[in-house]
Amino acid sequence: MTRFVIRRVLWLLLVLLVVSFITFALMHLVPGGPWSREKALAPAVVAALNARYGLDKPFFVQYGNFLMGILHGNLGISYTYQNRSVTQILMQGFPKTAILGTTAFVFAMIVGIALGMAAALRQNTWIDYVCVMFSTVFASVPGFVLGILLMIVFSVILHWFPTGGWGSPSQVVMPAIALAALPAAFIARITRASTLETMRQDYVRTARSKGLLERVVLIRHILRNSLIPVVTVAGPQFAALVTGSVIVETIFSIPGIGRLFVEAVFARDYGLIMGTVLFYSFVISIANLVVDILYGVIDPRIRYD
Amino acid sequence: MATTVNAANSSVRPHHTLWGDAWVRLRRNKLAMAGGIFIILLTLAAIFAPLITPYGFAHQDLTAILQNPSSKHWLGTDGLGRDVFARLLYGARTSLAVGIFTQVIVLGIGLPIGAIAGYAGGRVDNILMRFVDVMYSFPDILLIILIKAILGGGIYQLFFAIGLVAWVDIARLVRGQMMSVKSRDFVAAARAMGGMGPYITERHLLPNSLGPIIVSVTFNVPRAIFTEAALSFIGIGVRPPTPSWGSMISDGYAVIFASWYQVFFPALAIALLMIAFTFLGDGLRDALDPKLRH
Repeated sequence: MTRFVIRRVLWLLLVLLVVSFITFALMHLVPGGPWSREKALAPAVVAALNARYGLDKPFFVQYGNFLMGILHGNLGISYTYQNRSVTQILMQGFPKTAILGTTAFVFAMIVGIALGMAAALRQNTWIDYVCVMFSTVFASVPGFVLGILLMIVFSVILHWFPTGGWGSPSQVVMPAIALAALPAAFIARITRASTLETMRQDYVRTARSKGLLERVVLIRHILRNSLIPVVTVAGPQFAALVTGSVIVETIFSIPGIGRLFVEAVFARDYGLIMGTVLFYSFVISIANLVVDILYGVIDPRIRYD
Repeated sequence: MATTVNAANSSVRPHHTLWGDAWVRLRRNKLAMAGGIFIILLTLAAIFAPLITPYGFAHQDLTAILQNPSSKHWLGTDGLGRDVFARLLYGARTSLAVGIFTQVIVLGIGLPIGAIAGYAGGRVDNILMRFVDVMYSFPDILLIILIKAILGGGIYQLFFAIGLVAWVDIARLVRGQMMSVKSRDFVAAARAMGGMGPYITERHLLPNSLGPIIVSVTFNVPRAIFTEAALSFIGIGVRPPTPSWGSMISDGYAVIFASWYQVFFPALAIALLMIAFTFLGDGLRDALDPKLRH
């Protein structure tokens, strides 16, 4: 187990290194630079700025400097937000993205598992049909479209929630629902399928025949086993929620990391682009790692060599 | 195999091909048929848009700005006095083109890589799949935005930006299929009769993996369409005046309180098209599942 985790963490570091290199290369391929303006700056000014920030050095030297910076916990400077480091900017955006993503994730898990279980336990009744219909429809509507539709109904027509911004809990509700609907539907589908499968297993029949309370069978035997596939997708879903907020943050004017990235690409803010991509990749990789480790905790049949 | 046994028993069973069977089962699935018919109708409407609406997608009537739906403008007009219905129809061209052409690129990259990894196995497989792992650690949308920023321009660049990122799923799927089909008896038989690698791949491995690939493509088309809409919404998708549902939402978003129709209709169009593809994809998956054959 320990060896497995160590190997995975080393692999994670390697992946992040490759991701950082690819991003660094792509970033420098984007036409223009951080000093491109509507009104061009004087060549001497650009040269001086480039020299000051080391942008006149060869590509690999720049990449090396960037890596050295990371080793010192320094993600570099932002070229648009003067006087603030990328780390500071990310730290300011991160809580918003994290709160939004986590709220949406918890919401998606609770609704998804509840709907999936309800549908499976009442298979072929109206409850089942409603749940299946819900999950089919919401599994296909992207968060950004749902966000717009929610905004029309609850902000423009009913005036229940503000259209965006950040600061009060009421501003989290709509973006969180918009983000959560798709994973909730997806989790409901998977929970339903796997619960139906588990209910037909021999050990469930055995548990019942030895006279266990239905509640105990349900929780200890059916629920626990049917959640294994759910955990498998939970990690990637969490990652998708956090990164999927790029567009939703833009719609609801939430100053999170997603919006920072979009602005950074427009401004060729190399430092900030690098920071956001690495940050997101880190979240995705960690989510996958946690899932791999959780497998063993939930399903004792899995052993790590 | 079942047919041979039946023939021996001389109880004659009508001959069913996999595709014939799948079609029969797909036709019985009402939701899948509804989804398929919606997609076909939308495609026809997009192709024959000039015959359906008298307005062009860039035609401005500055005397009729931000109008509500009426008999003259079925879905109203936007802030530049353009007919929303006409723009929806022409925007469908953009959406469908993105959906189809990104899949061409996705299959062009994903099929060979998946097939090579799955067929060759060993070190080749290892290297290719590690690369796929790295791709998976990238936040999709960020990578697409970055590539689009490099390529610049309009819709063709968009095909590539999305295609270059979205091939990973297909590659993984094809690899898995290859590995499971590779060890089956009929492949061993083909090899014993002297079939060579490429021949076996093309003749036996790919056709037998076709079902899941078709299903996967059916689900990937709406994802590409949605990605285009999202990119056009933040302003790096197709270039105006090319109509796109995403840029219509972006235009209407600015005036949402003045006239919410502007964002409602394109958002609804995207939602309906996504749902149609899901219904069709679900239906195809059930229809093509060999385990459910009668």
